[in-house]
Amino acid sequence: MINYASREINCKIVYYGPGLGGKTTNLEHIYGKVKPETRGKLISLATETERTLFFDFLPVDLGTIRGFKTRFHLYTVPGQVYYNASRKLILKNVDGIVFVGDSQGGRMEANLESMQNLYDNMSEYGYDLTKMPFVIQYNKRDLPNAAPVSELQESLNPGWEVEDATKFHVAPDPYHAGENLVEQLPGGEWVERAPYFEAVAIKGDGVFDTLKAVSKLVLKALA
Amino acid sequence: MTAGSPSWSFTPEDFSAMTASLKRFLSETNSICALLVDRSGQLVTTVGDSAGIDTTTFATLTAADYSANDQLAKLVGEKDFASLFHQGEKSIYVADVARRWILVVIFDSRTTVGLVRLRMKAELDELTLLVDRVFSRGRNGAAPAERLLAGADDEIDKLFNN
Repeated sequence: MINYASREINCKIVYYGPGLGGKTTNLEHIYGKVKPETRGKLISLATETERTLFFDFLPVDLGTIRGFKTRFHLYTVPGQVYYNASRKLILKNVDGIVFVGDSQGGRMEANLESMQNLYDNMSEYGYDLTKMPFVIQYNKRDLPNAAPVSELQESLNPGWEVEDATKFHVAPDPYHAGENLVEQLPGGEWVERAPYFEAVAIKGDGVFDTLKAVSKLVLKALA
Repeated sequence: MTAGSPSWSFTPEDFSAMTASLKRFLSETNSICALLVDRSGQLVTTVGDSAGIDTTTFATLTAADYSANDQLAKLVGEKDFASLFHQGEKSIYVADVARRWILVVIFDSRTTVGLVRLRMKAELDELTLLVDRVFSRGRNGAAPAERLLAGADDEIDKLFNN
């Protein structure tokens, strides 16, 4: 939403992913690190045991562009499977998505279930996730049982087929040297993957890289 | 299927028209303040005395509240609940505007819910015309939202390189 009267660009970013994956931790870290004058309150609608019940919400200003203040509204969704009704509500009118995956080997099934749920909920709103700002964060990289990134990429970010012929050219991944976001497979098919980031959200590693990447994609979608 | 949620924008003229309309409504009903919120929880505008209210948070929670109630309506076989009323020393009346925006009115004992509700109908009709104007412009592909950041790639890169 662009407000020409107050000269603001407002965008909505949703952190999605399985329960206990670190979505709320991402927002808590951002809240703790950005200057108080550039952020609002961190609102958590959580249970007594601090599990997200409905959502967490944090508004942050990321700077000015063309004289307009860029204001990002960050939301998390409840990760637990049975909260799908409220999870879906939060996706309404979303501008960008961050999928926070749990790197632990034993959480792969939960990651996959959540990713499928994200695709399903988005398509119920008529949104195509492959055509909008979308990044993946592999969290908890510091844990000894973290699966290799290549394994996570293969399962959660295998890529989708590029249909638009104008995109049939290699697009290097600006965040990982030697890797590509768009490339041609040996079979001739062109695929595109979402940018990904490794993170240890509890220490803040990778949190701002993820936020900057998705915010940039959201603004570029308007450009 | 669309690439994502459509962006939309409103001009200073839209803004003046909606604030004038809301100011008149506040004065007619003797309410404290009114907030116009879009369905994603972003504050469109606020009119009246909102001092002491974190309007950004208020807008977000209102949209969530309204969306949750929308789903509750469907569960009991209703199409939607067109309005919500939260009663207290300060009360809140929430109403749908053309399924795009949500109008929130905060009032106290200086007026009555009956009066707020009575005047609400005409106010919603006025705001609906405004919503139609804002969104029909978007549908014609001439939304200023599309042009604002055109060619701003370098500026966007710079913003995130700090």
